[in-house]
Amino acid sequence: MSDARSELTVSLWRGAQQGRYKSYNVPLRENQTVLDVVTFVQRHLDPTLSYRFACRVGVCGSCAMTVNGRPRWTCRTHVSSVAKAGRLEIGPLENLPVIKDLATDMRPFFEKWQQAKGAFEPSKTRHDAIDAIRPDSPARIAADAAIECINCGICYAACDTVRWNTDYLGPAALNRAWTLVNDARDAGNAARLAAVAGSGGCHACHSHQSCQEHCPQALNPTASIAGLKRRTAAAYLKGEIKA
Amino acid sequence: MNVRLYVWQRATAALMLPLVLLHVAVIFYATRRGMTAADILARTRGSVVWAALYGTFVIAAAIHAAIGLRNVLIEWSPLSERGAGMFAMTFGGALLLLGLYAVAAVVL
Repeated sequence: MSDARSELTVSLWRGAQQGRYKSYNVPLRENQTVLDVVTFVQRHLDPTLSYRFACRVGVCGSCAMTVNGRPRWTCRTHVSSVAKAGRLEIGPLENLPVIKDLATDMRPFFEKWQQAKGAFEPSKTRHDAIDAIRPDSPARIAADAAIECINCGICYAACDTVRWNTDYLGPAALNRAWTLVNDARDAGNAARLAAVAGSGGCHACHSHQSCQEHCPQALNPTASIAGLKRRTAAAYLKGEIKA
Repeated sequence: MNVRLYVWQRATAALMLPLVLLHVAVIFYATRRGMTAADILARTRGSVVWAALYGTFVIAAAIHAAIGLRNVLIEWSPLSERGAGMFAMTFGGALLLLGLYAVAAVVL
C-alpha cells in the first residue's frame, strides 16, 4: 500500500436501533479487507462487538454492512478502495432492524422472499422424465442473468422504495420471483404473479436502480422487476390475475 | 401500487403524451398569432373535436395525477394506504370537475 499511514481510524456502530459510533485504531495491513478490520477489533480490542460472517470469500452473503455510507460485502471490499483519509465508518445494513452493533435482523428480508413466492414449485415428480432446458432459450437466458443472488441484503439496504414503503417486497425477493417466472420447470407462477402484483409488489419500484448499482454480484434487479411489471400487466389484462 | 393502478397510470400516460404535445402546439400557435380570447372562443365554441380532445385530456390527467399522488402520500406521508387513497380520489375528483368546467367554458 502506498499510503504511509500505519493505522486506520475505524468508527463502528455500537448498540441496537439506538446507539452511537465508537472509534478504534486498527493497524493498517496490505490487502486488508473491511471484514478483517472488524474481526481485528473483535479479537484484539473489544470482544463484545457483534457482527456476522461465515465464508469470507463472497459466497454466503452474511457479512454485508454499511461502509462509509454505502452497503457493501465486507469480505470482498479492500480497505484501500474505500478508506477516506485513513478513516472508515462501518455500520449495520440500512432498512433492517438492528439486533446489536453490526448484526441486523434479516427476518423481514427473508419473509418477503416467501411472500413473493420465492420457493421453487415443482411441476413433476421423481418418476417423471427430467425437462430438457435449452440454455439459449429466451426464458433461460433471462433466468440465468438474475440467478446468482447470494441473499446478502445489500440491494434491500440500498433501496429507497424499501425505506419509504414498509410493505414493498424489495429487489432481492422480486429478482428471485423473476428467475422462477422464467423457469420452465416451475408450476407456481399463477400464485407468484398474483403475489408480486399487489400493493407492495413490483409496481411499487421507482427504477432508481440503487439495487443494481450496489449489487456485489453485478446483478440487475431493476431489470428483473421491469420484467415482472410487463408480465403481471399482461396477465392482468388477460384476466389471469386480479388486482 | 398494484397492477390495476399501474395499468391505469401507464395507459393514461400513453393517452396524454400526444395530447400534451398538441396542447403545447396550441399554446404556441395561439400566442404567436396574437389571438385574442374572442378569436379563440370563436373557434372552440360548439366544436365537438376540441371538446373531445380536451375532455379526454382532463379525464386522463385527473386519473393519472390521482394515482401518482396516492403513491407519493403512501411513501412520504403518515397516511395509511386507505387514507392516501381517499385523499387522492378527492384530489382527482376536484381536478376532474375543475378541468371539465374549464372545457365547458370554452366549448359551450
